[in-house]
Formats: sequence, C-alpha cells, structure tokens
Amino acid sequence: MIRYITRRLLWIIPVLFAVSVITFLLMHAVPGGPWAREKALPDAVEARLNAKYGLDQPLYEQYGRWAIAFATGDLGPSYRYQDRTVNDIVADGFWVTFQLGVMAFGLAVLVGIPLGILAALGHNRWPDYLTTSISILGVTTPSFVLGILLIVVFSVQLGWFPTGGWEGPETWVLPTIALAGFPIAVIARYTRASMLEVTRKDYIRTAHSKGVRNQSVVSRHMIRNALIPVVTILGPTLAFLVTGSFIIERVFNIPGIGQFYLNAISTRDYSLLMAMTMLYAFAVAFLNVVVDVLYAYIDPRIRYS
Amino acid sequence: MATVTRPLPGQVVRERRSAGLWRDAWGRLRKNRLALVGLFMVLLLLFLGIFGPFIAPYPYAQQDLKAIQQAAADGYGIGPLNPGQYGHVLGTDQLGRDLLSRLLDGARISVSVALVVQLVILLIGVPIGAIAGWFSGRLDNLLMRFTDIIYAFPDLLFIIILSVVFRETAFGRAFDGLLMIFVAIGLTSWVTVARLVRGQLLSLKETEFVEAARAIGVQDRKIITKHLLPNGVGPIIVAVTLGIPGAIIAESTLSYIGIGVQPPRASWGSLIAEGYKWIRAEPHLVLFPAICIASALASFTFLGDGLRDALDPKLKGKQ
Repeated sequence: MIRYITRRLLWIIPVLFAVSVITFLLMHAVPGGPWAREKALPDAVEARLNAKYGLDQPLYEQYGRWAIAFATGDLGPSYRYQDRTVNDIVADGFWVTFQLGVMAFGLAVLVGIPLGILAALGHNRWPDYLTTSISILGVTTPSFVLGILLIVVFSVQLGWFPTGGWEGPETWVLPTIALAGFPIAVIARYTRASMLEVTRKDYIRTAHSKGVRNQSVVSRHMIRNALIPVVTILGPTLAFLVTGSFIIERVFNIPGIGQFYLNAISTRDYSLLMAMTMLYAFAVAFLNVVVDVLYAYIDPRIRYS
Repeated sequence: MATVTRPLPGQVVRERRSAGLWRDAWGRLRKNRLALVGLFMVLLLLFLGIFGPFIAPYPYAQQDLKAIQQAAADGYGIGPLNPGQYGHVLGTDQLGRDLLSRLLDGARISVSVALVVQLVILLIGVPIGAIAGWFSGRLDNLLMRFTDIIYAFPDLLFIIILSVVFRETAFGRAFDGLLMIFVAIGLTSWVTVARLVRGQLLSLKETEFVEAARAIGVQDRKIITKHLLPNGVGPIIVAVTLGIPGAIIAESTLSYIGIGVQPPRASWGSLIAEGYKWIRAEPHLVLFPAICIASALASFTFLGDGLRDALDPKLKGKQ
C-alpha cells in the first residue's frame, strides 16, 4: 500500500513537469507581452525591462531559470503587480479560495449523500421525487447562473445576504451554495443509484430474513456498501470545485486566486500564470491520489499493486 | 445450440421476433417518459437552432431605437424595454435589440456547441482510446499517462490561451470566434471518451467472438471496425449525449467571463453577463437566458439518462 502511494505521488512530478512545459510554450506563443499597455512603451524601455526580467533570453533558458526557482519555492516577481512577488499574491488569495472550496465540498457531501439515501429509502415516493427535482435543478443550472439567481433572490429581492465580498460568515453563504449546487446534484444522483443497487443484493435479503432490525440493515449493510462507489466521483467533484471557484469568485467578487488567474492571462503575467497553473495541476493530481487511496481504505476488497 | 426446444404441454409459444440492439433500445426508450420529454426538447432545440433566425421577429443585432425613444417619451425612462412593450415579446436590451431574437440566435450557438464539440471529442477520443485498448502494453501505458497530463491540465487556461493566440487569425475569427472555442473545449474534454473506449475494448477483446474472428485470421483493422466498435458503440453514444450539457456549460461560462462569441452576436452566457448590469430594474434580462440554458441542459440530460437505461440496462440509474 505504501509503495503504491509513493509511486502515485512520485508520478505527480512528471505530470507537473509536462504541464509546466506545455503552459510555458503556450504562454510564450501568445502574441504580446507583459509590457503591452494602451500607450506603447518606448522600444529602449521595453528592451531594458526584457533584459531585467530575462525575457530576452532563449526560451529554454527562461524555462530552466523558472524551473530552478520554482523547485526552490521562488515563484518569481509578478509582472503586473510590480510591488509584489507571486508568492505574496498566492499566499493572500489561496486561503480564501481554499476556504470556499472546502466549505462547498463539505456542503456537497453533507447534503448530497443524505439526499441520495433518503431518495433510495423512499423510492418512488415523495423523498425520491424531491431529490430527483433537486438534482435536476442542480445539474441544469451552471454555477454562475445559480450564483446570479441566488443574488437576485436573496440579496436584491430579500436583502438577507450581501451581494459579494468575503468579509464574514454572512458573505460566505451564497457563494458556497452556488459552488456546491452542481456537486450536490451529482452526489445525490450517484448515491441514490448506488443505494438502489445495494437494496437488491442477496446479503441485504439475508440480513432481513435473519431478523436484523430494518434500521441496522440500512445503516450497517446498505449505506456502508452503497457509499463505496460514491467515493469515485469525489475526485472529479474536487476538480470541478477548483475550476468552479474561479467563476464563482468572479460572480461574487471574492478576493481569491481565481481573479488573479483570469487576469494573469490577459495581462501576460507569465510568472503568476505559471504559478497558478502549477497550483491547479498539483491540486487536481494530488486529490486524485487521495481519492484512490481513500477508495482502497474504505473497500478492503480493492488491492492496489 | 443444436437442440430443438419443444414447448411443454400447455405452454403457449409466442413468436418473439429477433430484435436487434437498436429495436430493443428504442422499445425501452419509448417507455421512459422523461427520456421522451428530453428527446422532444432536443428536437425542438435543434429546430430552433436551425430555423430560429427565420422565426425571429427581428435580426438579432438590429436596434429598435424608435421604440426606446418612444418608451422614454412615454415616461418609462431610458433603458431596456420590458417584455411586451412596443412589439417586443420578451423586451429588449439597453440598445433596443430584441431579446427573443437574440435568444433564438443563442439557440443556434448552443446547438452548434452540442454538435461540434462532441464531434471533436469523438475524432480524438475514439482513435486514441481504441489504439490504447487494442495495443495494450507499453503504448497503452504511454497514452494513458498522456491522458493523466491532459486531465491535470487546467482546461479553462488552455481555452483562454488558445483563444488569445488565435484571436487575429482566420481560424480564430471563423464563425464569430465560435469554431475556435468549440475546438478548444473539445481538445480539453476528449479524455473521458478515450478512457471509455479503451475500457470497452479491453473487455471486448477477451470475448469469444473476437477470439474466434482472430482464430480464422481476420485482420486486426477489420476486427476493430466490424466487431469491437459496433459492440462498444452504446456506451459511447451515452457518453456523448451526457457530455453535451458539459460542453454547453463550458461555452456559456466562457461567454459569461467574456471569452467566446464576439459581439454583436451573443450566446446565452453573454446575455446573462450583459443583463446582470440591469439586475435590479430588469431581472428578466437574466432570467430568460437562464431558463434557456437550464432547459437545454435538462433536455440532453433526460435524453442521455434515457439512452443509457435503454442501451445498457445493467447500468440503470448509474452515471
């Protein structure tokens, strides 16, 4: 098991390497550079700036420098926010984005799984219809639309919550719900299907016929087995939350790293862009390993080699 | 199966016509009410996407300045027209462009997203998945590691960069910038289909009929095209149908953040972004496009779920 985990974790390194090379090449293929302003800089100034930041070097050398600095934890200076390093920017925004993601993930799991279980236990009765309606709504509403609709109803019409920002618990509510909407729907759908399948299993019938109380059949046999396949969709869910948070941050004007990411591309802020991409790629790759390991931990029948 | 089964005494033998996969599937699909609703909505969306501009009361970019001035003179203030005012069923935006006509043009965009993106996904995902599944071993390993990288690569970044790189080229401007967005979305989302095809091939390869075909010396290429792909096509159709909502979401999200279709055209996502500026006074500018997106997504989701249950009853209810 430990060998498996180490191998999977080590595999992240070549993935990150490939992602960084692709991003680096793509980024430099984009016309324009970080110094493009509405009023063009004099050529001499631009040449000096390029020399100062090493942008006049051949690409492989620029990449080499970046890679060495990255390996030592130095993300470089930001080209746009010239008084700040990329490390500062990431450090500032990361916790906000992280907090939003964790809260949305928690909400998705805490609402989605019980909804799915209730739907399966009340199959073809009102709990089932309620869950199905909620999951249809969740799947058919892109998160930015859900965010805007929440603002319309709860901020503009009812005035219960602020329309944006990230200042205190009351500003957290709407963005978290908006981001969690889609995952709630997916998790609920999946849990319901998985529960329904388990219900038909022989060991459930055995448990019932040997007189186990219904309550403990449900809690000890059905739910525990039904949740195993649900773990597999947590990986894609987490990846969704990472990208989804960028859009939600924009809708609700939240000072996370998503804002910077979108801006970094349009302003050709090379170092910021690289840092954000690596952070994203690492998060996705790492979370996938976590989910796979979790899967083996929950279901002892699965053995990795 | 050379034994002839004789009916037991008293047993009524009902002729069962040999039903192919598709007839069987259609029979099951027809009984699924939600899937039929989805099918009907998909057909309606396709119809609106193709014929929308002919039904639309106005050209999508035409400004009805007269109506705006008239509204101002009648004391409504300057701004978007409300639904039903001055001959605009769903009202207009602040420039006097008819919302219904713009929504119909948006339907055309969503339909092309649905079709083109999935085509790109199929063109990339099926060959890669098929090669990986057929030549398992080192090549398979290599291709699957490659999909790992694509999976970890932020798709949003890739799409944005691609759109910036090609903005000024003929490719970037084709179909008001849409073609590039479609290709970019396709390039980032073929991995699921590739993995699916590979898995299908790996299990089909071990079946007896493939072994038999190989034993009598059928060429590899023929086995793939005649035996493996037709048998694996059901799940692929399902994956493609269920992938459409994802593509529509991606396009509308990109348009919402301002990358995507170029003005004066507007997709439902950019209509929402525009309408959001008037959210306090004119919530219908956001509401109507949101309803359009939701119903388009619902239609493909219902149909996809139904197709999955119909084509692969074993998977009933699973994703």
